[in-house]
Amino acid sequence: MRITDFELYKDILIERSGLTLSPDKSYLLDSRLTPVAKKWGYETMDALSAALRGVPEPGLVDDVVEAMTTNETSFFRDKRPFDTFQETLLPYMIETRARRKSLRIWSAACSSGQEPYSLSMLINDIEQQLAGWRIEITGTDISREILQKAQAGEYSQFEVQRGLPIQLLMKFFEQHESGWKIKDEIRKTVDYKYFNLLDNMAPLGVFDIVYCRNVLIYFDEKTKADVLSRIAQQLEPDGILCLGGAETVLGITDIFKPIPGLRGVYCKSSHTHALENKVSADVAQA
Amino acid sequence: MICMVVDDSRVVRKVAKRIVQDTGFECVEAENGKEAYELCSQNMPDAILLDWNMPVMSGIEFLEKLRQIEGVKQPKVIFCTTENDVEHIQRAINAGADEYIMKPFDGDIIASKFQQVGLLQAQDKA
Ligand SMILES: C[S@@+](CC[C@H](N)C(=O)[O-])C[C@H]1O[C@@H](n2cnc3c(N)ncnc32)[C@H](O)[C@@H]1O
Repeated sequence: MRITDFELYKDILIERSGLTLSPDKSYLLDSRLTPVAKKWGYETMDALSAALRGVPEPGLVDDVVEAMTTNETSFFRDKRPFDTFQETLLPYMIETRARRKSLRIWSAACSSGQEPYSLSMLINDIEQQLAGWRIEITGTDISREILQKAQAGEYSQFEVQRGLPIQLLMKFFEQHESGWKIKDEIRKTVDYKYFNLLDNMAPLGVFDIVYCRNVLIYFDEKTKADVLSRIAQQLEPDGILCLGGAETVLGITDIFKPIPGLRGVYCKSSHTHALENKVSADVAQA
Repeated sequence: MICMVVDDSRVVRKVAKRIVQDTGFECVEAENGKEAYELCSQNMPDAILLDWNMPVMSGIEFLEKLRQIEGVKQPKVIFCTTENDVEHIQRAINAGADEYIMKPFDGDIIASKFQQVGLLQAQDKA
């Protein structure tokens, strides 16, 4: 990979997806883009680079971006954010939305679907309590290929063994020759859409809870701040934002503040959130 | 904390032992259900990784006997076997298994299952 080519891909990625490509990751370009070059009929990486320098077809640029995303995920990833959802966030939402009986959750950057499906399984668990409710879970990602996998809900034996308790595997999955497929009662609860976090979020509507986990880490500070401030606009005044274990709003934006006692959970700074007091009261009691 | 690895294959025991030790457990080994039962009677471990098909006494037979022992803190039992169909898994759960690993396994899967049964704290990592 020549230096000038590295700059080319770096620019494409940051512009189209916000992903930053550091020189130490340049080795990924060859291995990940060779299949893209082949698919589009370019014999060499140089030919691919030349095409991208001209007026490339949009599909080609999409494929380049898609090939450079990291889709690593698992069911109930890091466990704690899902315990928090079950023990604190969901009860709070049920209480405060009792009148309108509706709840909208967004898994932004959902990868192959493990995150929204994990949430859906937890919701299913208290299904009786939610009779008559309209619950929407939207899963979005920039990779069309990974969205197809999410939609199919088919996972390998390896994937269902990371983070997923055996009881839930038995309850919500069916075994197939090549692996395990999530049952329709869960699969159909998640609405998957192609969505680039750099794009206008307004069409997605307003949410009660947004999971935006393990994607901001790939963005530069400016892009992080921009995405966070636009997510804030899609959140109810008392809406909740959950970030990944290595992510924070601190030092990036003042729009969100952490909720003390709930790691990785944020609310709008403009709002005095009931959970701020509740959680600290629980901690004092314990 | 002590984890017992019960498997008739020495290779599997060796691999599992390394992973279990890396996870921070002390490891004891048994090559079938009978030997495991005898070791448990002397000193009950905190966790057991249990194969299904073994000579002398199978994993499921061992588990059924183990769960009848009273007056001790029962260990967390995680099956770890090539049997990967719904019937086997259900039977294991009914016999009192806490978790179930379908071979082949790796360190990630074992750590994930230890978390599942509450023997390991989940780490906040990226
Ligand atoms: C590491 S995965 C995280 C999946 C899941 N949220 C989790 O925490 O396990 C990151 C995902 O972000 C997606 N992604 C990267 N850039 C994006 C963008 N600009 N818009 C939407 N999704 C993006 C990638 O395609 C990938 O599936």
